Amino acid sequence: MKALSIRKLTKKYNNGFEALKGIDLDVDSGDFFALLGPNGAGKSTTIGIISSLVNATSGSVTIFGHDLQKDRERAKTCIGLVPQEINFNQFETVKHIVQIQAGYYGIGQKEAKQRTERCLRQMDLWTQRDTVSRRLSGGMKRRVMIARAMVHSPKLLILDEPTAGVDIEIRRSMWELMEEVNKQGTTIILTTHYLEEAESLCRNIAIINNGQIVEHSDMASLLNRLNIDHFVLDLAEPIKSAPHCTGYQIDKISDRSLSVGVPKEQGLNKLFEMLTAHNIKVISLKNKSNRLEQMFMDLIGSSAAEQS
Amino acid sequence: MNNSIAFWTIVTKEVRRFTRIWPQTILPPAITTSLYFLIFGKLIGDRIGPIGGVSYIDYIVPGVILMSVISHAYANVVSSFYSTKFQRNIEELLVSPVPNWVILAGYVSGGVVRGIMVGGVVTIISLMFADISIAHFGISAVVFILTATLFSLAGFINAVFADSFDDIAIIPSFVLTPLSYLGGVFYSVAMLPEIWQKISLVNPILYMINAFRYGLIGVTDVDIKLAFLITGCFIVVLSLFSLYLLKKGIGIKT
Repeated sequence: MKALSIRKLTKKYNNGFEALKGIDLDVDSGDFFALLGPNGAGKSTTIGIISSLVNATSGSVTIFGHDLQKDRERAKTCIGLVPQEINFNQFETVKHIVQIQAGYYGIGQKEAKQRTERCLRQMDLWTQRDTVSRRLSGGMKRRVMIARAMVHSPKLLILDEPTAGVDIEIRRSMWELMEEVNKQGTTIILTTHYLEEAESLCRNIAIINNGQIVEHSDMASLLNRLNIDHFVLDLAEPIKSAPHCTGYQIDKISDRSLSVGVPKEQGLNKLFEMLTAHNIKVISLKNKSNRLEQMFMDLIGSSAAEQS
Repeated sequence: MNNSIAFWTIVTKEVRRFTRIWPQTILPPAITTSLYFLIFGKLIGDRIGPIGGVSYIDYIVPGVILMSVISHAYANVVSSFYSTKFQRNIEELLVSPVPNWVILAGYVSGGVVRGIMVGGVVTIISLMFADISIAHFGISAVVFILTATLFSLAGFINAVFADSFDDIAIIPSFVLTPLSYLGGVFYSVAMLPEIWQKISLVNPILYMINAFRYGLIGVTDVDIKLAFLITGCFIVVLSLFSLYLLKKGIGIKT
């Protein structure tokens, strides 16, 4: 079953800006799905329409078989949204924010309290339950939004840049949490600017640019299409210039580091043989850019070139 | 989906909000109206003499009570709903399956509850200055609730269109307060020159104040049935307009 099915979705704002130009998108039930794109590409508009915060100009959105226009109540009950920016009442306590949201979904007071406790414990926020939310740290505020989005046990959880602006420790704990939630059967749609986040968490991906889906496939086959990996090599001894190695594109970054483009068919062994022949000793190597980031830049670049 | 739970969630949230800040929401009308009764009712009123067969202070009590209800029912919804928009926690409601009519009913009921609480406080204070025996309890109660409902709806519409905190202060300052003062709170329209009597009749607040005055002390300048008709029509029109705004997402969706 499709968790989300979007057909010919368009959005034209009052100022004439066409944010979405008839996109089609499918997300399978149980998937961990990445929706990526540069700023202004149409990600937030798409998520806004799915979560009823933005009016679509035309097209249809179906959530677990329920049309968002014709079967609004059931469709909305399936969704939980963690928005990009803090949007809860900063004067309410953590406990009340989550309980109020449960009430909006028709959950009675007794059950709402039980669910609130469960969600706040899961988010490690139970000890802060009576704290006024504006006094929380940035990471805690984000976890409050996840607890709030989870309180009615949604089948589809939309996370709009959930880790933006949080430190690496919190980000990693949120990744673990998202994986756990997904393992329990919740479909997750994630938008993020941290592409390593999408690469490590998501199984399927769509890339949106200029209001159009420019890529829609599974993560593994998308990354397989990447022909060249770029590495940075740290050298034991300084060098004067970049060595010439046939089949590889090598640039000098500094006296003790090189940037190397490695075509998949060539591999790394041959490179090291050639470098050894040049008396160059490599002490470490790392990916110059995240693989998905490279693919993303290629797709966005080619999409922009097509448009111009 | 249990709409009654969603409705009570909104009402409870609203009541908790204004009771949490009671020094800003409940205390000021108590102080202001005490001063009205002391200065206009006792000090000046004793020199004005009776109107419509009752003492001046008894005459102004219904208007002062209803003026408090009008301003506080309006203020509650306009400030609460605008803050909800401003902090973007309106999105909590828009994402959820709560129907538009429940959202409207919840916020309006919150305004009505504040109107009742403020009206109750002002009524208790008025008993320290005036000798009020309720002439028609049913009429008083219905006018009280209908007026609070009407101005809660008006506050809701103001909040929907407001783009800044200045926008939520304009209507109360430049429309509601003048209309309330000119609605016969402190005088009978029969005391005005004929032309001003006719002009006063287009002020809807005049009808509500006089209907409430009739309910409390049995004195009115207008036809009570006409007052109910006008109030009822306003409530229907403003309710339909509010639901239209919510359906279209005007002021709250892009």
